[in-house]
Amino acid sequence: MSLESQLLQYLISGLTLGSIYAVIAIGLVVTFNITGIFNLALGEFVTIGALAAISLYAAGLPLIVAFVLAVIVAAVLGALMERTAIHPARNANATILTLVIITIGVGIAMRGASLLIWGTHPYTLPPFSAHAPFTVGGATVIPQSFWVLGLGVVCVAVLFAFFEFTYLGKAVRACVMNRTAARLVGVNPNRLSLAAFTVTGALGALAGIFITPITFATFDMGFMLGLKGFVAAILGGVTNVPGAIIGGFLLGILEAFGVGLIGSGLKDAVAMLVMIVVLLVRPSGILGSLHREM
Amino acid sequence: MKHRNLIFFLVVLACFLALPLVIKSGYFLGILVIVGLYSIVAIGLGLLLGYAGQVSFGQAAFYGVGAYTAAILSGTYGWPPLLALAAAPVIPAAVAAVIGRPILKLRAHYLVLGTLGFGILVYILLKEAVGLTGGPSGYTGIPYFRAGGLVLNSDVQFYYLIWCLVALTLLGAWNLVNSRIGRALRALHGSELAAQTAGIDTARLKLKVFILSAFLAGLAGGLYAFYITFVSPSPFDFHASILFVLMVVVGGASTVWGPVLGAFVVVGLGEFLRWAVPLVLPKAGGEFEIIFFGAILVLVLLFRPEGLLGHRRGGRLESKVQKEAPQPCSR
Repeated sequence: MSLESQLLQYLISGLTLGSIYAVIAIGLVVTFNITGIFNLALGEFVTIGALAAISLYAAGLPLIVAFVLAVIVAAVLGALMERTAIHPARNANATILTLVIITIGVGIAMRGASLLIWGTHPYTLPPFSAHAPFTVGGATVIPQSFWVLGLGVVCVAVLFAFFEFTYLGKAVRACVMNRTAARLVGVNPNRLSLAAFTVTGALGALAGIFITPITFATFDMGFMLGLKGFVAAILGGVTNVPGAIIGGFLLGILEAFGVGLIGSGLKDAVAMLVMIVVLLVRPSGILGSLHREM
Repeated sequence: MKHRNLIFFLVVLACFLALPLVIKSGYFLGILVIVGLYSIVAIGLGLLLGYAGQVSFGQAAFYGVGAYTAAILSGTYGWPPLLALAAAPVIPAAVAAVIGRPILKLRAHYLVLGTLGFGILVYILLKEAVGLTGGPSGYTGIPYFRAGGLVLNSDVQFYYLIWCLVALTLLGAWNLVNSRIGRALRALHGSELAAQTAGIDTARLKLKVFILSAFLAGLAGGLYAFYITFVSPSPFDFHASILFVLMVVVGGASTVWGPVLGAFVVVGLGEFLRWAVPLVLPKAGGEFEIIFFGAILVLVLLFRPEGLLGHRRGGRLESKVQKEAPQPCSR
């Protein structure tokens, strides 16, 4: 394989991974904008979405029905998490730090539950389309990559339409700009917080389902994916969705090249290093000052 | 008050001295040794979380660096064990001193993510630096701990050594929080701005407590290496860091004793669950007990945020000033 086709290969796998990170990061940014907290349990929704889809598919349901049901399961779990853990803590005037630690607690409880339900085996799903992999410029492309990229594009388009054209979307943007002022004009942040956790759960599940045919699904797949969603979000400046998308792709490409050029053992180290450096050097993200709001 | 505390301390000390006379089982003594090691880490983290109001989700990294420092210096370089053990807390403290100032500038979420990322990074390095650490399969060849002519290789000996160190750490921490620095820390916890106004160099103070917590974690790590005489990266992953926070939160971060109680609860519960759950679910494998730890962490934070030993004193982990405006009552 020539160097160019190797680099192209890294770029393609980087874009695929980046697409997943971007979808997860979008969920994080939306939750952060509305509630002011990071949902560190997010990765577990990725796991549960993927594993639930696998189980439902194995139970004989058509692939598409299994997907939809799995996404609904994750969304319901997201809503449940908000109502049982986040909402009561907020009512008890918990600090932001306490809330973040609570999301970590929910996350490890969910990971333990996945472990009890599904065990430690890796599972997989069939690719969504049965085409054989093909080569472009010497690099191999698997059709599932297009599905993943497509998911990223669709999520972005839907969110854009949501924020631009719907009442709820505008309410969210109002909440982002000024929580108190939004409340004064009749926006209910409580209900938005519930919606945010539900949507984040669903987005996480989607990401998990789409990546499974490429990477396999295990009970602990989500934690790192979720954390990388955070890295993407932080790269993009935490509060803006376009930044999160760019951050996701940037991280995916950085990782793919890191794996290709340094070795796969340090793949996760690349992401952690990027996160720490950005946090310390430029906490507002690479796009920080360019886009203040959505 | 001070008097009562002292008497309580002496009674507890006597109980601990007598315990190995009653408990002959190596399994239980082993658990008590581990509880002691975790207590040392948790006391340090308790000072950071409960007094300085900062959190670290990377404490297992310091614990691991301490363990590997002791292992490599005594195993690869043939340092006398006592010297290697003395170096074990120094290296993590030095690491904390380097990363502390920038990382402690981060607040709430970012501090959680920054320390979590640091912990994972160190874990990966321990796993990947195969030439130095032996990689994922672990590091063997740690000599028995010896000081002078005395060789420590039994559970009972380690029990006494480690719990003596726990007692010393407790006394030290107790002295610290009742000193001028302790009052400064409480002021910092109450309101960083007010503390600064009163002339406290809050950044420096936070850094010092962070370094102290890393020092204690490294000390526990060094002791762990000599106790087990084998180290592998897996006990130092982010799960361990979360467990340390759990110990502190469950026991009560604002008391010196709390983290020790938390270590007992977490280790005891873990052992109990590993015994009890397979009786109900024979297929259960892996670290399923985290499901309960996660739930306990959430429940304690929701219903008893001051921990088991804490007294209700308003905002626990962070100053009230930094809190968001209260929620509306509209529904």
